[in-house]
Amino acid sequence: MVKSNYIIELSNITKSFPDKVVLDDVSLSVKKGEFLTILGPSGCGKTTLLRLLAGFNSATKGEIRIGGEVMTDVPPHLRPVNTVFQRYALFPNYNVYDNIAFGLKLQKVDKREIEQRVKRALKMVGMTDYEHRDVQSLSGGQQQRVAIARAIVNRPQVLLLDEPLAALDLKMRKDMQMELKEMHRSLGITFVYVTHDQEEALTLSDTIVVMNEGVIQQIGTPTDIYNEPCNAFVADFIGESNILNATMVRDRLVRFMGKEFECIDEGFGENVEVDVVVRPEDVYIIRNAEAAMFHGTVRSCIFKGVHYEMFVDTPDGYEIMIQDYNSFEVGSEVGMLIKPADIHVMRKERTENVVEGTMLDATHVEILGEKFECEPQEGIAQGDTVDVAFDFDAVELTDDSDDGTSWGTIRFILYKGDHYHLTVRTDEGENVYIDTHDVWEDLDEVGIKIAPSALRIRKRA
Amino acid sequence: MNSLVKFFSRRRTWSIPYVIFLAIFVVVPLILIMVYAFQSKDGGFSLENFQRFINQPEAANTFIYSIGIALITTIICIILGYPAAYILSRINSSTARVVVMLFILPMWINVLVRTLATVALFDFLRLPLGEGALIFGMVYNFLPFMIYPIYNVLQKMDHSLIEAAEDLGATPRQVFMRVVFPLSMPGVVSGIMMVFMPTISTFAIAELLTMNNIKLFGTTIQENINNGMWHYGAALSLIMLIIIGITSLFTDSSEEGANEGLL
Repeated sequence: MVKSNYIIELSNITKSFPDKVVLDDVSLSVKKGEFLTILGPSGCGKTTLLRLLAGFNSATKGEIRIGGEVMTDVPPHLRPVNTVFQRYALFPNYNVYDNIAFGLKLQKVDKREIEQRVKRALKMVGMTDYEHRDVQSLSGGQQQRVAIARAIVNRPQVLLLDEPLAALDLKMRKDMQMELKEMHRSLGITFVYVTHDQEEALTLSDTIVVMNEGVIQQIGTPTDIYNEPCNAFVADFIGESNILNATMVRDRLVRFMGKEFECIDEGFGENVEVDVVVRPEDVYIIRNAEAAMFHGTVRSCIFKGVHYEMFVDTPDGYEIMIQDYNSFEVGSEVGMLIKPADIHVMRKERTENVVEGTMLDATHVEILGEKFECEPQEGIAQGDTVDVAFDFDAVELTDDSDDGTSWGTIRFILYKGDHYHLTVRTDEGENVYIDTHDVWEDLDEVGIKIAPSALRIRKRA
Repeated sequence: MNSLVKFFSRRRTWSIPYVIFLAIFVVVPLILIMVYAFQSKDGGFSLENFQRFINQPEAANTFIYSIGIALITTIICIILGYPAAYILSRINSSTARVVVMLFILPMWINVLVRTLATVALFDFLRLPLGEGALIFGMVYNFLPFMIYPIYNVLQKMDHSLIEAAEDLGATPRQVFMRVVFPLSMPGVVSGIMMVFMPTISTFAIAELLTMNNIKLFGTTIQENINNGMWHYGAALSLIMLIIIGITSLFTDSSEEGANEGLL
């Protein structure tokens, strides 16, 4: 048998707590010596994944291998990994030296060797001569350095870092990022790093795993993730982007904002609905010239230090975000160009809502846990299980508690140039996708109304 | 008029009633104890009360015996109370709250009533009253004062410290010995302060549970004062206060944490 090149192999990991599924069938392999970052918004399951690796929680389903050995049910103290905690978790009853020596003393390492290794670890984190300091007298940055030293001194096969820099101020965070990168290089061990900060992930990682709602969205190098996001969530989460509805007319030709653009993507088929992503720095903005592919009016222009960030309204009602070194006056007419290679086409995850329902009577169907009126159906008996489809823009949202039929919470808002694409999680845990021009906020409670004529009911085969 | 409003709106003003109360019922009695302790029967300054304590083995022996009983009570309270507090801190908080409530519930009943009930219980079970009953009664009365501060410290302990210790290779036993127990010391210290100190001076429990056969130091003081020997009684009180003072000095180093345990 060939020895695996992977230090960590997670297969089909599911973790559910009584009230929700935190990780849903996650599989992931980490190469030896890699700096892998798990990136996602809060509540996406990234910390749970790390805790499963450390052994603080156990998986509901699936297998965890570390260094080729099955570690699914091995307690934390027997795993060849060490963790750096977000809130440092230094032992307040020990000084710096004893904190770092904690693991080595448990392993009954020779006293002289402990001293050498602690000294070396302290030097590595730039904290020489701090041995006898009380840990509580140290600043946040210094405490985190001690926490890192305490972990690496044990020479783990994998170092797990749970948002280690989240509690530090910006300047300190930037410094520590560079130091972590350098530490990773010189130690040569595998780092698994959890963060919600996309910039941090792009700066540090060899590989980024983007997670959302307990599911891995994309795995790739920072450049892959940035340049070739696989779906609208990733595109929106990593960096700034213009995400628009589009139609792939044919290979290398895509239509959006009412115009056709050349692109370099192929293999989507003809007249297929897709999403396109254009990064704001990839839109060239020029004085209203003949060469422009489309035109617009500058609505706002803000200086961002290196570049200007502008929002341009097009005559068709789209709003495009542009970053450029030159500023354009608010109100001025401008022209814009996009290079074929800078248009990134993504397959749509769905083009309509499809939910499971039960026929209640000829004109009523139960979907999303509630009774909805529909048009008279033929050939479907009462009590039949049906698939009910409806368009994104067929849903009306309301915040009036007397008005809504089914209720849910807004979980994700995606701006698509001329409208918002909302993901609403109903109280029953189903997702409904909605296109709207109204402005809602994340986590708003909304009522869902659907016109009877918009429901397309199909009997389940 | 204006100055009156100002006077009453100052926060410091609101403490005046308490300060007066404190002065009359705590500070003045303490001064009186000091004065009486250093006075002879005819009113002049003297150390004869203290000499009498040293020369009369009876009072000194009672004193040492009382400290012994207090120590035993405290140790039993730690042995019983620590595991209870530890278990309570591990179970989920709503259940724990109910159980802690059950521990504290008896405290709402007057100590004399509880002690009389203990006497009745010993009678019913035909167990002899005496030293054993005394220690039982003391532990029964003071155990909640040990459990509560320890529970409080354990419950507030940052769980990631325990995880960090496990992560660094500590077995559950090592996690307890090297992290949980040392970090719970403030709770143990405030538990000791709340059990040891009052037990030295109890007398009601001792009287009732030993049928007046065993005298504790509190009883000695009470007897002297009841018999009109105010000066000697004051001197004995002063000695006890000094001992309690010394104990709290010992625990002073972790005072910050100890106070935390009480809250």
